[in-house]
Amino acid sequence: MHSASSSGTAARSGVEVRLEELRRRYSGVTALDGLSLTLAPGELVALLGPSGCGKTTALRLVAGLEEANGGRVVIGGEDVTNVPANKREIGMVFQAYSLFPHMTAIQNVAFGMQLHKVGASERRQRAGKMLELVGLSGHANKFAHQMSGGQQQRVALARALAIEPKVLLLDEPLSALDARVRARLRDEIRRVQLEVGTTTLFVTHDQEEALAIADRVGVMNAGRLEQLGPPTSIYSRPATAFVAEFVGLTNRLPGVVKGGEVDVRGTRLPLVKPDTSDGPAIALVRPEAVSLVVDGEIVPGPLVGTVIATAFLGATSRVTVDMGDGTVLAQMPTSEAGALTAGTRVRLALRKDPVLIARDEKATTEA
Amino acid sequence: MRRTKRLKLQVFRAVVFVVFGAFFLVPILAMFEFSTRGRGISAPRTLAAWQSIITYPDLVGAIIASLELAAITAAGMLLLLLPTMIWTRLRLPRLTRAIEFICLLPLTIPAIVLIVGLFPMYGWLANNFSDSILTLAFSYVILVLPYAYRSLDAGLSAIDVKTLSEAARSLGAGWPTVILRVIVPNISTALLNAMLLSVALVLGEYTFANLLAYLNLQVAVAQLGRANAGVSIAVAVASLLFAFVLLMVISIAGRRRQASLTVAGTDPQYLTAGQRT
Repeated sequence: MHSASSSGTAARSGVEVRLEELRRRYSGVTALDGLSLTLAPGELVALLGPSGCGKTTALRLVAGLEEANGGRVVIGGEDVTNVPANKREIGMVFQAYSLFPHMTAIQNVAFGMQLHKVGASERRQRAGKMLELVGLSGHANKFAHQMSGGQQQRVALARALAIEPKVLLLDEPLSALDARVRARLRDEIRRVQLEVGTTTLFVTHDQEEALAIADRVGVMNAGRLEQLGPPTSIYSRPATAFVAEFVGLTNRLPGVVKGGEVDVRGTRLPLVKPDTSDGPAIALVRPEAVSLVVDGEIVPGPLVGTVIATAFLGATSRVTVDMGDGTVLAQMPTSEAGALTAGTRVRLALRKDPVLIARDEKATTEA
Repeated sequence: MRRTKRLKLQVFRAVVFVVFGAFFLVPILAMFEFSTRGRGISAPRTLAAWQSIITYPDLVGAIIASLELAAITAAGMLLLLLPTMIWTRLRLPRLTRAIEFICLLPLTIPAIVLIVGLFPMYGWLANNFSDSILTLAFSYVILVLPYAYRSLDAGLSAIDVKTLSEAARSLGAGWPTVILRVIVPNISTALLNAMLLSVALVLGEYTFANLLAYLNLQVAVAQLGRANAGVSIAVAVASLLFAFVLLMVISIAGRRRQASLTVAGTDPQYLTAGQRT
């Protein structure tokens, strides 16, 4: 899918990875409930979901660190469901503290190659090259405790890739780092992954990470895949209420469904699923689909409220409006938000994008 | 102000060192003094007792047997305990408490009770298997379990066994490689401690061997004490010194390891010197 670029690392094309109907139970609790997912060669798929949704279990099943109660894992056309972890040719990066403390960075990177019977001189050369790839040439002889968290994770990435694995598995590799390092390393991981072209499964609970670097994002909930698709479609066309609320911010606006439309405060919005049955419902509306009008006559009505706070986010600003019976978030370019100081009376205008309905209040807020 | 405080601390340390040093050394020196006495009050000092150690074949045999027992016990303890403890940590964390309880049991049961329980087994062993003194190693492994468990537990708690072994396995390591090349190097101090405690315990063991009628070092020393006090005291001093030397070796090895872990970052020379692949 992605061709390796010119930096000198061996150009490799990834292999296809297939998860078929994977099931996993822990003493009565179902962690994975028939997960099927196919990663195209060289693709980076992010599994995104709240803790306990089964995403880490899925990754550990691919790694062979846990055994499935049902289903198959197929890597490059070969069924590896019953192959032990050390024979699966996978590379794995853990959350933290995975470097061998008694080895230097370069020894860590060389360890896997040594187990794969790569000769000493080639080993040293390739380990050096891998460290160069992750930007740590100058730190080859440092021990883990002499490096920052971000550097340790880079070494872990180099170590995982040094054995030229068929699949790269990333288990929340950024979650133990602080925000700035996280963003940098995130882009770094993507650059390296594109360069070596290894098929990659990336598990995270951070939607920003998933949306930023994945070819496709799989949103998981309660052991099942809720939606799988490119980041843009996950965000702009969420398939379920769970996805809509988990990815990005969403307003929950009460309304009434009638004849394939939902009436929210007098505005009729089309539905993503027009066959929704009639009755009271909660419409899920993105903040950027809400605009605020200040000019003209503002007469009291269902769409009129008072600004209570404006959060400056850089290029955009998020405005919280008190509607009397709840608050609504609106997001807009900062240039348009200047006049919206606290206390300003505004009228809401809802963009007529198709919206999702969260009918069962309890189920969606719990998730 | 700060100087006087430091001075006070140094004086305090020196006093503690001298008091405890005397507490340990005076009896040993007294034993050494006794073992070098000549016959009669005004006779010159002599090393005759020390030299005659090797002239007692029973004693030499007992020393060798005890050293062999110490080695076998230390090795057996590690072989039994290390994989078990790693496995419970990785796969059966619920059993940790049970394993700990079992390992600490020998501490709560008096030796004499253990003997009563083990006696029939040794009778059977002697009749069907071997009456060698080395069979004592079976019960010695049980005897050292509490101490070895504590030591290994501390070592394993200091590292993330699960993540490290999973990382190693993902890189292609089988279980023996995981244990020997990833876990053992990171708990080496704990391993050395566990082995030292085992060795010291076995070298000082008297009750088991005596009641089961085997001649180990302490039994031989006690028997000899009745015939020739000088030689028996000389052997006792020697075995104490041996334990001290072991202790020193281990604490030096432990310190060197710690130095390599903490000082290395500040000393660029070490980095190049320590470069190995």
